Amino acid sequence: MKSPIARHLIGVPRSGIRDFFEIVSARKGVISLGIGEPDFVTPWHISEAALFALERGATAYTSNLGILELREEVARYMERFYKVSYDPKTEILITVGVSEALDLAIRALIEPGDEVLYHEPCYVSYAPVVTFAHGKAVAVSTRREDDFRLTRAALEAKVSPRTKVLLLNFPTNPTGAVLPRKDCEEIAAFAIEHDLVVLTDEIYAELTYAGGHVSIASLPGMKERTIFLNGFSKTWAMTGWRIGFACAPPELTEAMMKIHQYTIMCAPTLGQKAAIEALRHGEADAEHMRKDYEKRRNYICASLEEMGIPCHLPKGAFYAFPYIGHFGLSSKDFALNLLDQENVACVPGTAFGSSGEGFIRCAYAANMPNIKEAMSRMARFVGKLRK
Amino acid sequence: MLQIRVMDELLRLLKENALESPRNLAKMLNQSEDAVKARIADYERTGVIRGYQAVVNEDKLDIDRVSAVIEVKITPEREGGYDELANRIGRFPEVDSIYLMSGGFDLLIFVKGRNLKEVAFFVSDKLATIEGVVSTVTHFMLKTYKDSGVLMEAEKERERLGVTP
Ligand SMILES: Cc1ncc(COP(=O)(O)O)c(C=O)c1O
Repeated sequence: MKSPIARHLIGVPRSGIRDFFEIVSARKGVISLGIGEPDFVTPWHISEAALFALERGATAYTSNLGILELREEVARYMERFYKVSYDPKTEILITVGVSEALDLAIRALIEPGDEVLYHEPCYVSYAPVVTFAHGKAVAVSTRREDDFRLTRAALEAKVSPRTKVLLLNFPTNPTGAVLPRKDCEEIAAFAIEHDLVVLTDEIYAELTYAGGHVSIASLPGMKERTIFLNGFSKTWAMTGWRIGFACAPPELTEAMMKIHQYTIMCAPTLGQKAAIEALRHGEADAEHMRKDYEKRRNYICASLEEMGIPCHLPKGAFYAFPYIGHFGLSSKDFALNLLDQENVACVPGTAFGSSGEGFIRCAYAANMPNIKEAMSRMARFVGKLRK
Repeated sequence: MLQIRVMDELLRLLKENALESPRNLAKMLNQSEDAVKARIADYERTGVIRGYQAVVNEDKLDIDRVSAVIEVKITPEREGGYDELANRIGRFPEVDSIYLMSGGFDLLIFVKGRNLKEVAFFVSDKLATIEGVVSTVTHFMLKTYKDSGVLMEAEKERERLGVTP
């Protein structure tokens, strides 16, 4: 029998993260800086609110759009933190994490052959999700010399008449890059000029260390062409609850809702209850975790610099993305040798696209004792490489 | 007096782990080691930091030890108010901590002793006989679940994947 698997799927490589995960899982005593999720557990008042809801029988489906109370809280949060107004009745959709929202948005917009511009190195799902929708994902490389900022010039070089969507992720996984207001304005002008829909994944927005996060949705003329994605996984350490949301003008929300309604029905009910509590009473948690991450970031970057590994201080998210190209090993070999010799797991930069060659991703979402141990092991490893 | 309106990050780190080295603290705070050392010395000199102690789970130790909380009603003195009396009580080595409270009594005192008898003796012979102490209610502690922000039972390793996107 010839392979029954759809051809457009066969072309998509397995995630480099999965490969690496399997190697790491087979070993004992590994200290992992490879984990892209908070080391914190969900703040107790949030989990407790879900327990309470469970006791009161919150076990049924919710509205397809999500619990109205939660959408109202999201609207208030969007107004407060991102300075954009959305109508909770028609412009907000609660999803199974940003993951689902991303898939919905792409499927709602892309016809076969339509192009999606995205910046690389980036989160692993973007290009595959576009391919699954029969679209063409077009990467725009960002560079260490520019602090991995995305520039209009780089975008202009890759835009084509088939380009329909511009996908942004600031702060960026894995580089920690942010989008300062000036860059944001230039990119908005670019999107307007080429009549693109902007899909912006701002899941790390609350982890902007110097503050001042600007959402592209808040710029003049942008709300009507923007789908804004965010979720609870990172800000409130709620990865396992699987709750995210999309905000967009009614027509776009309705289109995403159509897919969501037939494929997912609704996001998990208990997770939605927990999310309500997070938005109502969780501002201090987010702040507390941000302060902790900031110290971990400072520590990890100072330690890397000490061992002679150049590492720009990431301005957002919880990833350091140091350059290791000068050791004469590929990213993958560096990561494999580090794992083999010192039992420390970092993710090779190439898992985030070919422009990640020469880098490794070290997540400082790990706890401080682990970071310290990992850094001292890495210093020993690097010392040996130099000999 | 050193005015500290919000607890600064250095104090927060030291409250979490007083054994953290100045070198590591400096790295986390993105400051020089000397600056961190000077700041700690400042805190010590001005009495913002009053000491460093380990958080011990005494239930794990095979020693004779009982703890009690005592609610004390007092009549404040003409001069010195509550403070004088509270400090007089606080000088007994048996007393671990002592707080002025609102509500139905005035002082809340945490006391430690080798056994019930010793604590009882402290209350009846030392505490109750102090001039100004009107009445005492003693509660003995049975088990410690959380102390100084630390849960006494170490939590199990949480299940997490080794590598995720
Ligand atoms: C940039 C980015 N977007 C989306 C996600 C997925 O988030 P969620 O848990 O909300 O599906 C992640 C998780 O690692 C991420 O890093």
